[in-house]
Amino acid sequence: MTDEEINRAVLEALAKAVPGEELGNLDPQQSFRDQLDIDSIDFLNFITALHGRLGVDIPDVDATRLSSLQGCLDYLRERAPRLTG
Amino acid sequence: MADYRMPSLGADMDDGTLLRWLVNPGDAVRRGDVVAVVETTKGAIDVEIFQDGVIDTLVVEPGSKVPVGAVLATLEPSGEEEAPTASVGSGPEPALHQPDSGPAIDSSVQNLEHRGARRRKVSPAARKRALELGVPLDELPGTGPDGAVTLADVESAVTVSSPGSGDAMRQTIASAMTRSKREIPHYYLDTEMHFEPAMEWLASQNAERSVTERLLYVVLLVKGIATALRDYPELNGHRRQGRFVAAERIHVGVAIALRGGGLVAPAIRNADRMDLDSLMQALRDLVQRARSGGLRGSEVADPTITLTSLGDLSVDRVYPVIYPPQVAIVGFGTPVLRPWVLGERVVPRRVIHGSLAADHRVSDGHRGGLFLRQVDRLLQEPENL
Amino acid sequence: MSNGVPGNDPVRVTYRDAVREGIRQALNDDPRVFIMGEDVGLYGGCYAVTKGLLAEFGPDRVRDTPLSESTFVGAGIGAALGGMRPIVEIMTVNFSLLAMDQIVNTAATLRHMSGGQFSIPLVIRMATGAGRQLAAQHSHSLEGWYAHIPGIRVLTPATLEDARGMLATAIEDPDPVLIFEHSGLYNMEGELPSDAGPVDIDRAVVRREGADVTLITYGGSLGKTLDAAEQLARAEIHSEVVDLRSLRPLDDATIMQSVARTHRAVVVDEGWRSGSVSAEISARIMEQVFYDLDSPVARICTEEVPIPYAQHLEQAALPQTEKIVALVQAMVASHG
Repeated sequence: MTDEEINRAVLEALAKAVPGEELGNLDPQQSFRDQLDIDSIDFLNFITALHGRLGVDIPDVDATRLSSLQGCLDYLRERAPRLTG
Repeated sequence: MADYRMPSLGADMDDGTLLRWLVNPGDAVRRGDVVAVVETTKGAIDVEIFQDGVIDTLVVEPGSKVPVGAVLATLEPSGEEEAPTASVGSGPEPALHQPDSGPAIDSSVQNLEHRGARRRKVSPAARKRALELGVPLDELPGTGPDGAVTLADVESAVTVSSPGSGDAMRQTIASAMTRSKREIPHYYLDTEMHFEPAMEWLASQNAERSVTERLLYVVLLVKGIATALRDYPELNGHRRQGRFVAAERIHVGVAIALRGGGLVAPAIRNADRMDLDSLMQALRDLVQRARSGGLRGSEVADPTITLTSLGDLSVDRVYPVIYPPQVAIVGFGTPVLRPWVLGERVVPRRVIHGSLAADHRVSDGHRGGLFLRQVDRLLQEPENL
Repeated sequence: MSNGVPGNDPVRVTYRDAVREGIRQALNDDPRVFIMGEDVGLYGGCYAVTKGLLAEFGPDRVRDTPLSESTFVGAGIGAALGGMRPIVEIMTVNFSLLAMDQIVNTAATLRHMSGGQFSIPLVIRMATGAGRQLAAQHSHSLEGWYAHIPGIRVLTPATLEDARGMLATAIEDPDPVLIFEHSGLYNMEGELPSDAGPVDIDRAVVRREGADVTLITYGGSLGKTLDAAEQLARAEIHSEVVDLRSLRPLDDATIMQSVARTHRAVVVDEGWRSGSVSAEISARIMEQVFYDLDSPVARICTEEVPIPYAQHLEQAALPQTEKIVALVQAMVASHG
């Protein structure tokens, strides 16, 4: 799975969890919470959407690693081989 | 033929815009079916029908804004209901209720009904209360048998005058909060609660759960509040016409902020009887529908207490404002790591501030304090919630 | 009722046992008490209520009578006038019509016609009600007729405590008291404290509390009404159930307090609706708490036919739990 694909999947999951929020100018290093109106239920919905989209299991302890675009990229890259396999 | 009218979805609703019909003429409907979506100041609400029957005519076009009580559609009540409602003694009008024998007389029969030649059906108790409150009965929608106006209809129509311009939801919140601060003598209590056991238990639970089954700590708060309320009926109910009426059931309203401003606080009904999984499911469902439209009328109308949890905002404490006619509201801040004295040692522990604002006309700080302590106690043993 | 004192452990009894214990205690406590009626002695009572009492108390105090209701009720009135405390058993309320002249024209009137010089401390027990396939001449619920008559009390024990305890209080009363035992209740079984005793006969009792609707009933319909309340509770409709216990006098205060609180009333009465106890209660509610009503008073009564013999027709004619549930659901409509 390429970075491009992961990025698209993350943005799609975000769009589903926080409909109406502007996602075009997200700073990859900054946390979603600082840039979006996203609460814990939205975040859970985001993880759920990612899980549904990629079929990847995301343990609760790992959830904090997914709090920014860069974090998502790093985390999902680790799992990407398994995803594409 | 019976009328289906624009329902009142809260004390502050004067009118609503019919967004779309979910039924067509000829469809059979049952009491409780969602038949239309109505835009109100609280957002798009799925509205239910209160009678079994077959939809005859859709009177109001989608996009039209009509006052509460206006006829939205007509329906032919189903024959099944005849027997019980007839013996309720619904009035001397058997001729109008017989199935129409031919299309030719159909319209004249309808007209008779529509002209409202007879006096409006209003229960004696509703009429008395309406007089006391100065509520006009003409346009009040009736939800009782045969469309009769009941006590509950009158009470839900007690409005604070809300000018209908600009941001409608802002206006709704403004008038409710103004009324609250003007009329309700609030008292406030705030307690720091040890939250480590709850967070640890939650983490251990979630570790074993798939993404879709995960719990958020807010459901522990909902369950703790609902369970504790069983012993504190004076915090659970409504104050109407100068009198507190304790609610028989516990419907916890959850304040949900909407994107772009405003909030709604729909109820998780019978929260004290639900397990955590059902609560979580109900909460996710409510939040989703609150933000995308699709709350049901009964959900926005009947919380018996409200919870506002501002945990996502790094807020320490909340001093919430009661949503009238409720008599109490519970607020929670963010769980944060703080020095906590354990025996002789100071250790880092997560704590959370729980606060209560309650109506001093109905309860006293002593009882409120006991209630908060009970919530605290329950949160120390999350596995028993 | 248990208070930990030895001797009041609950015992398992039937309604029939409870009535018998009440009679036995009355016979033991007061030498002026005796019981008479058709087949109450050798046969033990057509519903076996007096079984064993003849052997225990002898033929002077447990007396079989000829098949002539007018005669033995008249004899009871005479005995009461003469200082005794008779209990007269009439097999069913249908047969009591043969003694109506004695009850209505004599027993109910003598205190008034004698300017208070005579009173008639007479108790008449009889079975009432349908449900046992005894057909139209043994199944009617005519207690409402007697409730029309000033000068007598009309009691309808619906529980074991009342079956056990109403008789003693009725015997104490200086005027005639009619006790209607629903024939369908005799086999009802339950627990009764072994020291259960006299109960008051003036008050209606709230058997179940609820905020949404008041269900008013008595006698054989109490069980069906409580069952209906239980089913309704599952649908979030909370019923208050008032057991009238006495049809004359009616305890207006208890009824009105409840209706004023729930704003809705349903009367469940095994009698026919026309000119009935249910009609009387409905009228009184209208007279006293009209402005508290949020719905017309509704009634569940027996269909206006002589009680059929065929079981399905008999059951269809009577008030039933399902009928109560359906009516209340329609009445409470959108306000669950």
